Amino acid sequence: MDMNQYLSMFIDESNDHLQSLNESMMGLEANPEDLSIVQVIFRSAHTLKGMAATMGFEDLASLTHQMENVLDLVRNNKLRMQDFIFDTLFKSIDALESMVEDITGGGAGKADVTAIVSSLQAIVRGEVPSAGNASAEVTAAASGNASAAQVFLDEFQYSVLEQSLQEGHQVLYVDVAIRKDCQLKAVRAYMVFDLLERSGEVVKSFPSVQDIEQEKFDYGFSLYYITQKDASEIQKMILNLSEIEAVTAVALDQESLRQMGQDTAAATAEAPAPAPVQETSPAGAGNASPAASLHSKEENGKAAPARAGVAPSPSRTIRVDIERLDVLMNLFSELLIDRVRLEQLASEVQNGDLTETVEHMGRVSGDLQNIVMKLRMVPVDTVFNRFPRMIRDLAKSLDKKVDLIITGADTELDRTVIDEIGDPLVHLLRNAVDHGIESIADRIAAGKPETGTVQLRAFHSGNHVFIEIEEDGKGIYPKNVLASAVKKGVITQEQAGTMTNDEAYQLLFAPGFSTAEVISDVSGRGVGLDVVKSKISSLGGNVTIYSTPGKGTNFSVQLPLTLSIIAAMLVRLGSEKYAIPLSSIVETGIVKQSQIRTIHGNRMLEFRGSHIPLVSLSKIFSIPDYDESTEEETEIVVVRKGERLVALAVQDFIGQNEIVIKNLGKYLPEVQGISGATILGDGQVALIIDPNAFIK
Amino acid sequence: MAEDIKVIVFKLGTEEYGIEVEKVQTIERMMPITRVPKTYSFIKGVINLRGVVIPVIDLRGRFGIEEAEHTDQTRIIIVNVNEMEVGFIVDSANDVIDLNRDIIDVPPDVVGGIKAKYLDGVAKIGDDRLLIMLNLSEVLNKSEIVQLESLEG
Repeated sequence: MDMNQYLSMFIDESNDHLQSLNESMMGLEANPEDLSIVQVIFRSAHTLKGMAATMGFEDLASLTHQMENVLDLVRNNKLRMQDFIFDTLFKSIDALESMVEDITGGGAGKADVTAIVSSLQAIVRGEVPSAGNASAEVTAAASGNASAAQVFLDEFQYSVLEQSLQEGHQVLYVDVAIRKDCQLKAVRAYMVFDLLERSGEVVKSFPSVQDIEQEKFDYGFSLYYITQKDASEIQKMILNLSEIEAVTAVALDQESLRQMGQDTAAATAEAPAPAPVQETSPAGAGNASPAASLHSKEENGKAAPARAGVAPSPSRTIRVDIERLDVLMNLFSELLIDRVRLEQLASEVQNGDLTETVEHMGRVSGDLQNIVMKLRMVPVDTVFNRFPRMIRDLAKSLDKKVDLIITGADTELDRTVIDEIGDPLVHLLRNAVDHGIESIADRIAAGKPETGTVQLRAFHSGNHVFIEIEEDGKGIYPKNVLASAVKKGVITQEQAGTMTNDEAYQLLFAPGFSTAEVISDVSGRGVGLDVVKSKISSLGGNVTIYSTPGKGTNFSVQLPLTLSIIAAMLVRLGSEKYAIPLSSIVETGIVKQSQIRTIHGNRMLEFRGSHIPLVSLSKIFSIPDYDESTEEETEIVVVRKGERLVALAVQDFIGQNEIVIKNLGKYLPEVQGISGATILGDGQVALIIDPNAFIK
Repeated sequence: MAEDIKVIVFKLGTEEYGIEVEKVQTIERMMPITRVPKTYSFIKGVINLRGVVIPVIDLRGRFGIEEAEHTDQTRIIIVNVNEMEVGFIVDSANDVIDLNRDIIDVPPDVVGGIKAKYLDGVAKIGDDRLLIMLNLSEVLNKSEIVQLESLEG
């Protein structure tokens, strides 16, 4: 059977399932005891497995199969979700995503996933996976938090430890990392044990002593140790051995030991399987978990069938290949060009019936245009949906707490804009989390809640869509920006003195402002923002910053609804015609030669009480047969970019028209001052002027 | 035994050049060209080819040969290389021939004043007919142009 005809369906559905997996996993992470979410994840993974197997993508099928095994244990209460399992499952989803991407790109969906599969299998076997990662995490956790328990104790071991404490012994939790270049790590480990045995007793080690002897561990191990000596003394003793990377020894008290005991009890109650499962949650979770898990057990019985019983409402939509829509769009633009041509002809011919028919055709094609445009509208959700996962990973790696609140995800934008807007938004969001939101300690010191909030908002306003990224971080101090800009040579000291706060913020978008030093120096907003700015400008959009020092920052991105059809003013310069987007035109007018003044060698024009530059298009574009300086009166088009205005000198206004934007072809990706081309009613190509290029 | 290839033959001045037929999309008569300001002088502008905007290069200008007046014979050869659609203005194009790869020789250092890097080779057809095979990727390579410009500037 030929599977190719099902391939695109498979890809679409796989992507849907992957997205749902990502979302559900995030939900589960926020609420780890909610087994109904596990059911949803399980079903998605199961469907994915079935589809992949049918299509013959073996790697995909086998990876989802392993995920299913883990999830099956979780949903049957045989395994509790915890950081390591989350991380492994997230990694699995990432791997699945890259496989599906490979398939989308025409590949066979093959990938080397042995590492992930073995992690998953280890989880299923109840073995503690990859000790290398574990020890790194343990070191981090244990050093700051005395009660962090990494190794499960059985009842006997627990009572031994408790008794020793009561008898006045020290109970230590020791974590040893051996240098990576160590040749005989088992021997080194043996020496550590030997040393410890001399002044105390090792109650429990992880990995087990047998495993360590057989070198079945990475480069670190942890143990519970009873002794008379101080933690610091033990630490020093072990460090004296050679080839030891790091040692953490933490003294435990009754309280922290009891928490571990409860943890252990809860785990044994829930997981009768012989599972010395690694537990990395901080102490607080230990107290809460027994109650929470009981609760979830009760709920599990009811919630799962209830969810399963809700039939998904039948879909009233169909999937259309986006390429077909593009073809439709192209055909439509041809129609639009012909319509304009017909209108011209009709006005020349002056025939009543013809004019009427052309007008009717104009109305119909106007409606058609609306429909075609609407077909191409896609909710921004398709871009936003990958951000929660990204913010989660980012916050985790930066050791910050961040809530991402998304509103207006159903706001629709043209697909061409959607395709382009992802990267700039990723950049701005990373900036917000990386440099906007303070570290937990700083937030507490500033009297803020330790969890920072990043708001991602999308909404319509007139002919534009706004996307705002607002956080409640430390804000941007204009004077720091100015100082840094002067240091970087972006502006001079004198310029800095006269700048308003808004102008100072604009400097963040200046090329050359962003260098690595800026990140730590100032608020660190400089990273590549000029790239973001130019990308958004190329989409016909704009980005502005509002910031309140100490309170937070808001990046507001303004985007046009569509990039394909715009209203434009056609102008003539000699024998050439150009189109200027109506959205950036403030007004048109005529000026006399005598009104043009020269200030500092620049030609300026008085316009509504202020002086604005007059740009000579004929000079900039070296128009062969037109020069406005020979004329007594000159037509001007005043264009705007943000607050700034510029007058462009033209010869004639031809009129306003709807134009279909085409690019200049791959060979001419960018030409200064030109943003694209359009085809006029007579078949001629007219270039579209990019007004932004004339405003510095 | 090397394979036969079909080649479109066109003229610049007295020289004959060849482009493999697969890379040629169509051959058009001269049509109105919209000048694009602020670009290389050999890029004559853009044309409307049935709704698609395509840049047009004067091959004489690209090879540094003196540009000529357009005549009835002037053609625009639309090629598609590396997903780039570009039109070449040539003096005339009126032949398609079959060529065996075997008879294409490595280009000599200088042929008709054009740098050897733009050439794939030279084919000798019959007794005294030389056909210069173009290396289109090099002809369209803009990074090299930028280098030239900066050297001159």
